[in-house]
Amino acid sequence: MTGIEIITDKCVGCKLCVKACMFSAIDMKDKKAVINDNCTLCGACVSSCKFDAIQMEKEKARKSVDISEYKGVWVFAEQKHGVVSQVAFELLGEGRKLADTLSVPLSAVLIGNNVPKQAKKLIAYGADNVYYVEHQSVENYNDESYTDIFVQLIEEYKPEIVLIGATTYGRSLAPRVASRLNTGLTADCTGLEIDPEERLLLQTRPAFGGNLMATIICPNHRPQMSTVRPKVMKPLEPDYSRTGEIIQPGVIIPENLKVKVLDVVQTVCETVSLSEADIIVSGGRGLGEAKNYALVEELARVLGGAAGASRAIVDAGWVDYSHQVGQTGKTVGPKVYFACGISGAVQHLAGMSSSDIIIAINKNPDAPIFKIATYGIIGDVREILPELIKQFKDKLN
Amino acid sequence: MNIIVCVKQVPGTTDVKINKETNTIIRDEADIIINPFDEYAIEEGVRIKEKVGGSVTVISMGIPKTAELLREAIAVGVDDAVLLTDKAFAGSDTLATSYALSMGIKKIGGYDLIVCGKQATDGDTAQVGPSLAEKLGVPHTTNVRKIEEIKEGYIRCQRMTDDGFEVVEMPLPAVITVVKEINEPRLPSIKGKLKSKKYEVKIFNADDIGADKSLCGLNGSPTQVIKTFTPVHDINGEIIEGTAGEQAKNLADKLLAMQFVKCK
Repeated sequence: MTGIEIITDKCVGCKLCVKACMFSAIDMKDKKAVINDNCTLCGACVSSCKFDAIQMEKEKARKSVDISEYKGVWVFAEQKHGVVSQVAFELLGEGRKLADTLSVPLSAVLIGNNVPKQAKKLIAYGADNVYYVEHQSVENYNDESYTDIFVQLIEEYKPEIVLIGATTYGRSLAPRVASRLNTGLTADCTGLEIDPEERLLLQTRPAFGGNLMATIICPNHRPQMSTVRPKVMKPLEPDYSRTGEIIQPGVIIPENLKVKVLDVVQTVCETVSLSEADIIVSGGRGLGEAKNYALVEELARVLGGAAGASRAIVDAGWVDYSHQVGQTGKTVGPKVYFACGISGAVQHLAGMSSSDIIIAINKNPDAPIFKIATYGIIGDVREILPELIKQFKDKLN
Repeated sequence: MNIIVCVKQVPGTTDVKINKETNTIIRDEADIIINPFDEYAIEEGVRIKEKVGGSVTVISMGIPKTAELLREAIAVGVDDAVLLTDKAFAGSDTLATSYALSMGIKKIGGYDLIVCGKQATDGDTAQVGPSLAEKLGVPHTTNVRKIEEIKEGYIRCQRMTDDGFEVVEMPLPAVITVVKEINEPRLPSIKGKLKSKKYEVKIFNADDIGADKSLCGLNGSPTQVIKTFTPVHDINGEIIEGTAGEQAKNLADKLLAMQFVKCK
């Protein structure tokens, strides 16, 4: 029987589960918890109960595939304009660890046109072999053709784990592939581990804007699929003496595509893109007025980083939406994040709290941003930023 | 043109606090709101209808209480609202959700365009849009920031990418997921509010939409949450004192010493 059950003998009526429930699905009757119709089986109450008085059971899932047939760890090597994206090398670094723990090979999947050098680079970064699908029509990313090809490869070679970068394309491709294969997919993982007994992939990801971490498994379906945010995993040092096989599999290249990409426009050409940047300088309302955003841009330029923004100043029209960091903008995880005149609303923190070093500059000493800042400067950004620009200009030249 | 907009209910608190002992969310009041990204999806659906004619239907899978939220969509110009609610749907992951929505949408039938928000603010997965398109066997485009042209059987739109945008065309029916940049949602009109008060949301259970229960809810979900915990922020923040010049110098020296910022 699927469902949730309160073991009334164990329930002490403490109401912890009532507070934990997001859907007001627990009532108290005669000092015992009772589940009502609002329940979504989210499980929040189960972990909230200190007395093991709540049990959730799932019917034994039908094993849709013979999971023992599936072997090996795969990484999708996303390429744009013939260059493999940085996140693919990060995933190979992480994939290497997983593959070694499982004693299975690590493979990269490269789809593109005339990019054999990139395939060799993937081997240098840790792949044992590369499945390389080359065709003129797949030179650029296309949801329809890439899904078709990826699914054919998975069905033919049966990997147990597939890792995909949580880029715009990766977050579109992965769910489409998982849905066609009827397997599980965990989005935006920040931690991956192997359970050595069960050989299962333990996928850890943030939820509720990073306020809660959840570890997720996919026990009965294969492959186990995850998307992983850029800048979370570490690439290996490339070793060009490593050898590996480049396999050109016989796949059917789909023709007469419904989805057509007519034009690809790069707007972030002079500066580094937010998702790939090691350093991000972001500005908020503390800048006072739109023209002061130039200070943020200049510091970013001096440091070779990207310029970000809070929702407040994007909504005010000071900067384009593409710069917005936070829950309704971009999620970033650079090595250094400067929050300049940003108070640090929880929605903003959700988009940047995984940064290695956070520097907060704000007039208000009680601003929430200081709670997560490695270094804080209490002061007016309009005075501090020009000084910082000067300091770095002097010291970096 | 018949447009279907997928909507999710999410916790409404903006400041989520976590009980450190139990790793669960502390909520002062159990309010739910329409996922903010879905507001843009609703607005875009209504705008397309106003431009080319047709109807807009919102669909959601959720607890019975969600029906109240769907009425809000009626108030801003949506014609119909459908709620899929059944204990069999409880505990769905994104795959099971996509399946249930696809069955609900097939039941509604005769659609040209399905609009979803880019992602929901509770799970942040962004998976249901593409997964739903696959279940329906129609093409999809994510992160749409502008519809350049839409007509019978055809859509051309701009998709936001990591470093710019691209122009994509698809035949209809199709699924798009939209980002905040696409529009500015309107406030409900008085007339709309009156209409929404009288409106009765159509409620379907798993049997009504012909869903296979083994593919729904917890049973139809390949992924399982086995543990939740609160992230540890081990930060001993340091406040840098002094004049603006001293603060800047001090900070620059620290960052250079840590080699996060390197000389060219």
